[in-house]
Amino acid sequence: MADVLVISGYGINCEAETAHAFERAGARPSIVHINDIISGKSRIGEFDIIVFPGGFSYGDDTGSGSAFANKIRNNVWDDVKDFISSDKLILGICNGFQIMVSLGLFGPQYGVRNCALLANSQNRYECRWVHIKHRDSRCVFTQGMDRSHVPVAHGEGRFYCDAETLKSLESNRQVVFTYCDAFGNEAGGFPDNPNGSLAGIAGICDKSGRLFGMMPHPERGLYSCNEPEFQWKKEIARRNGLIVRELIESNFMIFKNAVDFVGR
Amino acid sequence: MANMFRISIDFNEKSSEALVLEKKISQMGFAADVRVSDVYTVRGNLSRSEVEDVAKSLHNETVQTARINAPFSRKFDWALELGMLPGVTDNAGHTAREIVADMLKKETDVFSSKVLYIGGRLAKKDVEAIANSLVNTLIQRFHIKSSADYARDGGMDAVAPDVKLHGKQEVIWVDLNVGDGELAKIGKLGILDPLTKLRRGPLALDVDYMHAIKKYFSKLGRAPTDIELESLAQTWSEHCKHTYFSAAIDEIEDGLFSHYIKRATEEINSGFCASVFRDNSGAVRFDDDFLVTDKVETHNTPSALDPFGGSITGIVGVNRDTIGFGMGAKPIANRYGFCVGFPEDSRTIYKAKNQPVLTPKRIFEGVISGVNVGGNCSGIPTPQGFVYFDDCYRGKPLVFAGTVGIIPARIGNSASHEKKAQPGDNIVMIGGRVGKDGIHGATFSSEAMDEGSPVTAVQIGDPITQKKLSDAVVKEARDRNLYSSITDNGAGGLSCSVAEMARECGGFIVELDKVPLKYPRLQPWEIWISESQERMTLAVPDSTLGEFAELMKSRGIEASVIGKFTGAKKAVVSFRGVEIFNIDMDFLHNGLPKRRLATRPYPYKGSPEPELRVQDHEDILKRMLARHNLCSFEFISRQYDHEVQGGSIVKPLQGRGRVNGAATVIRPLLSNRRGVVLSQSLYPRLSEISAYDMAACAIDTAIRNCVAAGGDISRLALLDNFCWCSSDEPERLHQLKDAARACYDYAKIYGTPFISGKDSMFNDFKGLDSEGAPVKISVLPTLLISAIGIVEDVANTCTMDFKMQDDAIYVVGMTGDECGGGEFYGLFGETGSRSPKVCNSRKLYEKICELNKKGLLSSMASVGPGGIAVALAKMSIAGMLGAECDIGIAPNRDLPPEKIMYSESQGRFIVAIAPGNMERFGKEMKDFTFARIGVVKGGSLRIDCNGRTLINLPVAAIDRKYKERFGDW
Repeated sequence: MADVLVISGYGINCEAETAHAFERAGARPSIVHINDIISGKSRIGEFDIIVFPGGFSYGDDTGSGSAFANKIRNNVWDDVKDFISSDKLILGICNGFQIMVSLGLFGPQYGVRNCALLANSQNRYECRWVHIKHRDSRCVFTQGMDRSHVPVAHGEGRFYCDAETLKSLESNRQVVFTYCDAFGNEAGGFPDNPNGSLAGIAGICDKSGRLFGMMPHPERGLYSCNEPEFQWKKEIARRNGLIVRELIESNFMIFKNAVDFVGR
Repeated sequence: MANMFRISIDFNEKSSEALVLEKKISQMGFAADVRVSDVYTVRGNLSRSEVEDVAKSLHNETVQTARINAPFSRKFDWALELGMLPGVTDNAGHTAREIVADMLKKETDVFSSKVLYIGGRLAKKDVEAIANSLVNTLIQRFHIKSSADYARDGGMDAVAPDVKLHGKQEVIWVDLNVGDGELAKIGKLGILDPLTKLRRGPLALDVDYMHAIKKYFSKLGRAPTDIELESLAQTWSEHCKHTYFSAAIDEIEDGLFSHYIKRATEEINSGFCASVFRDNSGAVRFDDDFLVTDKVETHNTPSALDPFGGSITGIVGVNRDTIGFGMGAKPIANRYGFCVGFPEDSRTIYKAKNQPVLTPKRIFEGVISGVNVGGNCSGIPTPQGFVYFDDCYRGKPLVFAGTVGIIPARIGNSASHEKKAQPGDNIVMIGGRVGKDGIHGATFSSEAMDEGSPVTAVQIGDPITQKKLSDAVVKEARDRNLYSSITDNGAGGLSCSVAEMARECGGFIVELDKVPLKYPRLQPWEIWISESQERMTLAVPDSTLGEFAELMKSRGIEASVIGKFTGAKKAVVSFRGVEIFNIDMDFLHNGLPKRRLATRPYPYKGSPEPELRVQDHEDILKRMLARHNLCSFEFISRQYDHEVQGGSIVKPLQGRGRVNGAATVIRPLLSNRRGVVLSQSLYPRLSEISAYDMAACAIDTAIRNCVAAGGDISRLALLDNFCWCSSDEPERLHQLKDAARACYDYAKIYGTPFISGKDSMFNDFKGLDSEGAPVKISVLPTLLISAIGIVEDVANTCTMDFKMQDDAIYVVGMTGDECGGGEFYGLFGETGSRSPKVCNSRKLYEKICELNKKGLLSSMASVGPGGIAVALAKMSIAGMLGAECDIGIAPNRDLPPEKIMYSESQGRFIVAIAPGNMERFGKEMKDFTFARIGVVKGGSLRIDCNGRTLINLPVAAIDRKYKERFGDW
């Protein structure tokens, strides 16, 4: 069974629903406070998957994810590097993605930053459901996925990197999700692209495909009843003698793929 | 020797913040090029290379550049630095300090600020105007330099906003053997400070209270100390003792609270209630295993002074009423409500000469962003809220903040809502440190503070400190049974929390010098009553103290043992080994003289019913949809995270057309189908016609809103927030009595108990108008009713949006001639006199709930402010589908079409149902008043009256009107 380390503390706040998603996908999640990892009470190496959940670590002060990333870099960086080199998985959602970007996990060399998640172009927190489209990526979390409908909720989600980095992310198949409209067409401006991200990028993976970060929250879009159109879809289904499926499969798949990868 | 470093972080490309500021500045009429840099002023014993490491960890080099003590390299005309005043919570500075400590293992002081580098042909006064639009000088400072001065000085000056207090920490005795005049002065203006010769700020103790205190101490044979007097003032305050609601009033000897509010709950005697009126929140049963708690607070005066600080402390403060419920509940949803003046209003009013009050727009923007930061950072969804605009709120806004929580019904072997501090338990304070924050609330004037150290009376919340505390308590310490009682430090700070908890065991002894301070030299009385935020007080037995302390330490939370709970009936406080406070617990809590209030009938005036003849119905509908209190406030809904915790079901915006709904539903436990439905309602404009009807309508609407979302009236409870004005006037008290009576009547009729409430009695602004003439602006007596209910299965929730073409549209309920105080008359500046009367709709609400559970209703809206036409329009916009209706068919008392469309009669719904269900619906509803008025069809909303088409507008057109007003906010 996949052991999942769901990191908490200092304002991370999506640990419970993230653990729930992994549990549904058949994993054994443990929510562990970062200080218990630093103190050695809990060891990173004993897990198969690390998750940096969403939240507001340190209130986004000094840049979202930055203070929490500093804490990791200052205290457990070697353990994280060992974890990465042992063929294991890391997932970052929203604030977790921001932490991973700040740790520099997506470039040619681990620990060297190559991109940023900047304040939304409207410079305001945005909570809404968006459509995302899976690109041809090497990400192990998203294999077999196409499109998904999923909520975003963040103030700093505007993906940015220089032209050269973008090119290399694309050619290495590291661009995992881009924002799109309801029909799957590339997102133009707001609101389909909710934050002004470069090339509409919503999630990327590292060069190995095993480290993955995304701004949207699949763990908040696990169940059909969470969808804004739920009551409408329910009514359509009812008229056709059907019922709405319990899960939003496309969001659930991210967790399921990870668990399957560990058990492969 | 400590050095000062200024680390500035520049963006390589213009930041979103800079671009948005440019837009804002251009709206002020200035063309400016703006760049923004974040500045961290670090003071500490650091080497150059250490400072470089710090700078490195404070920026992302792919998009930013850091400089240390070096000037900005680009061209600009003005530099404008914005920072905090001494003592004001500086969250970014605090985080940066933690980063430095973690990295270098060294303690430093870090102060954050921002510098705007402005290019453009601006005069200094223009830059000052820009600065004043960005800062609130009560809590923030700004400093302007021209580019020449900047170049000459090599940059902005390094400023460390330290709090420097002078004078000895000592206790003074207050002589009460003085005449009534002086007693009144002490009560009204405060204790005379021997050092400054100034009054320390209001105790809000009337002369009869002062007499009781004088008598008590003369029996003891001594004068009270300043801390004793200050403490009594807190414990006896309106805020803590609800004197207006507990006083005898006219023939009602037991007071309005006992006689109307509490009695209703007792007589309903519902098994649904778990804990009412006695804890920080009220609680109802979610299922056999869990309780759900709810509490709504107001934070009006602080929000008037500093809207951002007032509303963030409002929301973060009421979160603690959840954490402090029983053994500690987990917050699962926030509620908000803003009653403000019209944002277009540019008239200036003054507190005193040359002291302008913030405009309604600034207040509105500030309170919105306070809940944004407070709610979002805390990881608590904020689905449920409203905004309400009226001229009466331009002097003083009303800011409502509420929090819903969940707690297992049992923890270990005990009921979770029971708690009891035991004699011998340690008094432990956890969370933030104590400063001068919030002493005497917002009435503490800057003159009364020490010269040169403008410590603020306004507080800013620190949601992350509280989040750490909340997680450690409700996710760890509670379930490990590490404490025997817990409560919030809110109003009155330690003086109230410790005294309140001590009632559970007898008494307490506190050693004040053990309380950790933000800065030295606070006076003992200040430490005791300070309202510094993010603190809880717990009773921790010796047996678990070690484990508790270790847990808090490992979670980065400061915990301090500050004394012991005792079995003696004494409240005792010492400072540096000297007893400075010793009062009988009985006197502290029960010594305040009972009041008697008398009312005089309020001259309800309303105004004559206007004669309105509507020619252009389309124009009226469009204007109605654009009205402040009916139009979309989506920009607020979507800047508040309502998806966190993964349980959002009925969202603040309903349908694909995104219309603000009147109720929301969450699913707090992801492996449980049950949901919690929340709604709110208020009708302040009815209070001038009938305060009774105002309260009745608010109750009926709050309940109906829940029912329309799938709520079940047999599992619904209510919360009250009375926000009154001029409560020293017998007429206003008469209105209060009327409203309280309605609360009793309708809680009983509907079987919906009150579980918690709060009151705020003096929402009056007294100052000067723009001509310098005295002006008093009082809020309309406002009663906010919040409803909370349990939904058995979240799959059975319903939303307003029309779902399918050809669905039949029904109006349920009778429409009467009841436009008084409503939005339609309001459109013409009229009030009228015929207010909606509330009948007993309990059976209807039960039936609707039943039909919804049976899956018969595809769309449903509660008909609220704006009446049937506005509800139909919103259903169309939300569903992005048109409709064809004849409102002449809607059950009504022979009314002209505009009254059928806009009357605000209570007890009504609009529902849409599948064509195949029409017959069954008719049979099910045979005992009720209803009519099929039309059908969902096409892309336009057509409203006829008896065959004559009055309105035929494309849905896109009404959508535009509905969303226009705040479209670019």
